[in-house]
Amino acid sequence: MSTSDDNQTPPPDGPPSETPGKAPARHAPPGSAPAPGGAAEKRAKTPSTESAKTTPKPAAKASGGSPEVAYTLSYSPHVRRRVSVRSIMVEVLIALLPATLVGLYQFGAYGLWIIALCVGGCMAVEAACQKLMRQKITVDDGSAAVTGLLLALSMPPRAEWWLCLVGALVAIGLGKQVFGGLGYNPFNPAMLARVALLISFPAQMTHFVTPSRWGLDAVTTATPLNQLQEARIRGLGLGEAAHTDLGAAFWGGIPGSLGETSVVAVLVGGLYLLYRGHIRWDTPAAMLGTVALVSGLFWWHDPTRYMPPQFHLATGGLMLVAFFIATDMVTSPLTPKGRLIFGVGCGLLTIVIRMWGGYAEAVSFAILLMNSAVPIIDRYTAPRLYGARRGRGAGTDGGPRP
Amino acid sequence: MIERFRSFFGGIHPAYRKELSATLPSEVLPLPEQVVLPLLQHIGMPAEAVVSVGDLVRTGQMIGRAAGRVSAPVHATLSGTVTAIATLPHPSGREVRSVVIRSDGLDQWLPLSGHDDPHQVPVDTVRQMVQEAGLAGLGGASFPTHVKLDPPVGKAVRTLIVNGVECEPYLTADHRLMLEEPRRVVDGARLVARVLGVERVLFGIEDNKPDAIQALAAAIQAVGGARGFGVPVSVGELPTKYPQGGEKQLITVLTGLEVPSGGLPIDVGVVVHNVGTCAAVFDAVRFGKPLVERIVTVTGEGLHRPGNARVRLGTPARVLVEHFGGTVGRVGKVVFGGPMMGAAQFSLEVPVIKGTSGILVIPHDAIDSGDIRPCIRCSACIEVCPIGLLPNMISVCTEVRAFAESERYHPFDCIECGCCSYVCPSYRPLVQMIRFAKTEVQASRSAQTKH
Repeated sequence: MSTSDDNQTPPPDGPPSETPGKAPARHAPPGSAPAPGGAAEKRAKTPSTESAKTTPKPAAKASGGSPEVAYTLSYSPHVRRRVSVRSIMVEVLIALLPATLVGLYQFGAYGLWIIALCVGGCMAVEAACQKLMRQKITVDDGSAAVTGLLLALSMPPRAEWWLCLVGALVAIGLGKQVFGGLGYNPFNPAMLARVALLISFPAQMTHFVTPSRWGLDAVTTATPLNQLQEARIRGLGLGEAAHTDLGAAFWGGIPGSLGETSVVAVLVGGLYLLYRGHIRWDTPAAMLGTVALVSGLFWWHDPTRYMPPQFHLATGGLMLVAFFIATDMVTSPLTPKGRLIFGVGCGLLTIVIRMWGGYAEAVSFAILLMNSAVPIIDRYTAPRLYGARRGRGAGTDGGPRP
Repeated sequence: MIERFRSFFGGIHPAYRKELSATLPSEVLPLPEQVVLPLLQHIGMPAEAVVSVGDLVRTGQMIGRAAGRVSAPVHATLSGTVTAIATLPHPSGREVRSVVIRSDGLDQWLPLSGHDDPHQVPVDTVRQMVQEAGLAGLGGASFPTHVKLDPPVGKAVRTLIVNGVECEPYLTADHRLMLEEPRRVVDGARLVARVLGVERVLFGIEDNKPDAIQALAAAIQAVGGARGFGVPVSVGELPTKYPQGGEKQLITVLTGLEVPSGGLPIDVGVVVHNVGTCAAVFDAVRFGKPLVERIVTVTGEGLHRPGNARVRLGTPARVLVEHFGGTVGRVGKVVFGGPMMGAAQFSLEVPVIKGTSGILVIPHDAIDSGDIRPCIRCSACIEVCPIGLLPNMISVCTEVRAFAESERYHPFDCIECGCCSYVCPSYRPLVQMIRFAKTEVQASRSAQTKH
């Protein structure tokens, strides 16, 4: 199931989706001599099986001389909602604009270079993979661009050019195309790339600078989460992280990845996607709610050892991930119940890794771990089937009936 | 008498475009020069022709005899000469044995015999008259009506639901019928209620037809309400949402009952009849009139002048389209039925049959066809599925021909309403893929039983 050429094949039943068809010659106008009925009647008796096995060729060219107008034949429905994969991706890009602009303002024009490398790199890798596999090139659907922008926004603001390109290669090559392309990747490609880079190039991936006007006064620094982790490992309590300016974190002003520093900018984009109906409230609400609740409980228990929930919500790209990564359609569960479980899981893992893990950057690991749980979540959270006896939802009873 | 109800789970709000024809009274179409009457206009066995080429027939004369219980007779819809009995294109896209009658222009009817007071006619006689009139559900599914009037022994019918929802976009045929002849609908429903021996009668109409709701409520008052029916009766005003008129959705909204998976409405003591069918039942008993005409909405942006028409069955679509001023611009599709569940035609020679509620002409520019792309698991199809299926999963199974696997996702519960295909951003023909899964599973099942 790796070639998307297979995916492009119209389903075998009936004509390809829109087939201009003309009345074949055998359809004599009524009133003419009776046609021998045998063969045609046989077909009429087993209509669906028959039409399922034969793919009628478009007859338009065959009966060229016919004066009749050619109508389009297709299966129902004959109207559709004006939404496509491409239009969804374009709206996600629009929704990422506020976070992108704040990032560029705070870290300077170099950010543009990172974005260009990541977005261009992802699109190029996608096209190259598809070319190599002799598939139809579908870079125009915009999904590679979204992956590229999300990758760029989660890169350190001074990331080297090769780091971006390696990220693009991993994201699209290993994260998406090896699984069969769009729709078949189990892991969010941008997060997979980010984690791969973090493990492979820890120094470069944790090189952060202070935000400043157009990035002119940038000096090397650590993110609040890095500071917190350092202090924890050295047994210094909360360390410098205790002095994090949470107002700055909300409006944008703490060190971090290119697009994750301003909570408000991410929120604006996230609310836009919610309003447009491209993401559902359940995943971000569950993830953010879990983080707030669990971190709040620890903080309430011992404020000298744990940071308050608002700190956890505002740092480490949690907002960006909750609204743009955890809501990734391909790698999150199918039903509201499933998405709640997924969101809660992401939130729990984030807190666990932040408080006891070896990496300060917890959300990307949390997402990947929960991504791997999606098939099993889907299996147990199928919607209730209309008219089913209790507990027999779609997809929950094991396998085909005898 | 008018009650407001809540909506069902799932569903969509397409552009309804009913304003194109909703306010236009149904016109009586001039008699066509010839009619093509398929011997299969219902679900079940095709009727058997009882006329031969060259025979002279009169309007209302039976030309096809019912072949068994689940079948229905076919009648001549005008007087004239049988010019052909041939296998010809049928709105379903197949070819069906059909009788072609050339009109003599006189429309001479066979003498009809009905009953002045149909409400005194014994129930067995009503059933027989309905059967002889060749009635098949006028809502579109075309199940032979007499079968639905004769529930199996041991299955009590407590509720009759009269379906005036007409949730398909563009269609206004039922709407016009309820406005123009509410009394026929109500009297037909009284007959059906009496035959079935129900405990209550519920009419279901969407709230985008307030005038029809009022008209039916007034007609029910006029026959004495519950007194006229002998049982409690009410009109349900339902939120406008597709597919509100689907049998299962309508039953659940009006009664709170769910038709069991794999079962029939009768399993929960409900029978649903379309308003047009009820009106035809009345005609059959009051006048002994067979089903020879119906109201058809002829509409769409590709038509010069949309409208509604009373049409003799067998009239080719071409006659209707020409009557309404012909097409405008380049025609994309001609659809029999509504845009959600109707069937696209390749020719305007296809005739109107018992289940044809509309002819829709879609301009070429309005066809939104894109490449079929992989499922991105956006779950839009799951949100709109009124049955609670995972349409995307069935489609993925179909794609890799894993039909045994697809059974896990209950393809046979699909009502083929088309909501999933309507919303899919990847242009996946989900309904069609589910239909294909059904066909293949059924084929492998029957292959197994043979061994």
